[in-house]
Amino acid sequence: MLEPSRTKAALLNALVGLLLPLSILAAWQAAAWGGWLNEVLLPPPSAIAEEFAAMSRSGELPLNLGISAWRALLGFVLGGGLGLAAGLWVGFSWRAERLVDPTLQMLRMLPHLAVAPLFILWFGFGEASKILLIAKGAFFPLYVNAFLGVRSVDRQLFDVARVLQFTRSQTLRHLILPAALPSILLGVRLSLGVSWLGLVVAELMGSSDGLGYILNDARSFSLTSVIFVGILVFAAAGKLTDSIVKLLERRLLRWQTTLKGVE
Amino acid sequence: MLAIQGLTKIFPAPAGEVVALRDIRLEIGPGRLVTFIGPSGCGKSTLLKIAAGLDASYEGSITLDGRPIEGPSVEKGVIFQEPRLFPWWTVEKNIAANASLRDAAVRRRVGELIELVRLKGFEKAYPSELSGGMAQRVAIARALLRRPKVLLLDEPFGALDAFTRAHMQEVLLDIWQADRTTMLFVTHDLDEAVFLGQQVVIMNPRPGHIRRVVSVDLPYPRQRTGAPFQEIRGVVLREFEKVEEAPVPDPGAGI
Repeated sequence: MLEPSRTKAALLNALVGLLLPLSILAAWQAAAWGGWLNEVLLPPPSAIAEEFAAMSRSGELPLNLGISAWRALLGFVLGGGLGLAAGLWVGFSWRAERLVDPTLQMLRMLPHLAVAPLFILWFGFGEASKILLIAKGAFFPLYVNAFLGVRSVDRQLFDVARVLQFTRSQTLRHLILPAALPSILLGVRLSLGVSWLGLVVAELMGSSDGLGYILNDARSFSLTSVIFVGILVFAAAGKLTDSIVKLLERRLLRWQTTLKGVE
Repeated sequence: MLAIQGLTKIFPAPAGEVVALRDIRLEIGPGRLVTFIGPSGCGKSTLLKIAAGLDASYEGSITLDGRPIEGPSVEKGVIFQEPRLFPWWTVEKNIAANASLRDAAVRRRVGELIELVRLKGFEKAYPSELSGGMAQRVAIARALLRRPKVLLLDEPFGALDAFTRAHMQEVLLDIWQADRTTMLFVTHDLDEAVFLGQQVVIMNPRPGHIRRVVSVDLPYPRQRTGAPFQEIRGVVLREFEKVEEAPVPDPGAGI
């Protein structure tokens, strides 16, 4: 009895979400047909769609997307995993916080572009430097949010855990981790986003495959439609991974009552 | 038997020390229901915290069945003013907590307790879906599952509206009559203290001490509007009026 109305609402949400991009596309295409656009600088949606179809057919797009996704995933798993572990550790222990947090906060401010040349010198042009650069980006959002999550555990519940005689591991599993989970999942979303963004930087500098390479290559030949295809694929892939985490969030945080947004 | 002797609690403060409790002497036999009443700052909640083992810095002695209280444990169930449920667990999981629901004995007892605190049908609900009174009943069931020797209740119904509170008092009396768990019940509500307690311990602040213990020899369920109830209520109330006339307390007052 509740389900149909819920799917209906979800459908409506999706339609409303599409309203803005669709009207922009329509206006864009109309402007191209009207001859108001320089098609080299700003190709019409139809040309971009054709390019997309051609690149998909030739296998160029799926292949490079796959390579890029694999790099982003490895970088995210490495950096995000370490960030999560470090965030939990520093969250638990004020000694650890005192020892490592100032350093990590300093490293956090280093831009990708500043360290990329060093990474290439140290680790070469191969996969290692790219994955490490992505990992560096993915580390910090998870570190910061896991840390905050552990610190935001309701102190009153610790008294309850003591009265119920929770063991250390029970306190960790039943109290601290669930309480920190909303923050950790937010960290996962941010880290995934940063991994995806760091990918372009990593691939823009000396790469012979991947989406970043396609973008860079297209730029040197002024193939704007290819650049647009690259950008759109980036956006779509980023949104897709984000949606997957959001889905996970909804499942894991069913107990949470959060404001869904008013009018 | 909960025995308190010469219990003194001092809070260090920037401007000298604050004596929260001075020389408390009290014995509470098994199965008794004792209420504690007094104005804020009289140390009644501090006393409960010490009995719970959550505060270990005090002078004097406090023993449960002859053994000194060292740290919190399930023997001493605590109900706080807020229900303090784990928001990520359902009602039944909150009651079981670190006891496994896969254990048949735990399952059965959780089911019994859910009936006892009148929450049948809400086993799978999350705390955010419960009213304040329901959540507090879950907290009570969680403590009772551990079969505590003593249940310490710190203004548990203070945040509830008058109707819910009256209902909760009846639920609590049902539980007490079914289980005969020793209960120490802290409140600042005069009616609640007299309605529930076999004895009412009247406490006064600066320094926190026991002014008088009034026995309430009325059968349950008590009629709030009846003359005997009102008479005892008057006795307790007059103790407070006396305090306001004579702010210098008698340090030796106890039982």
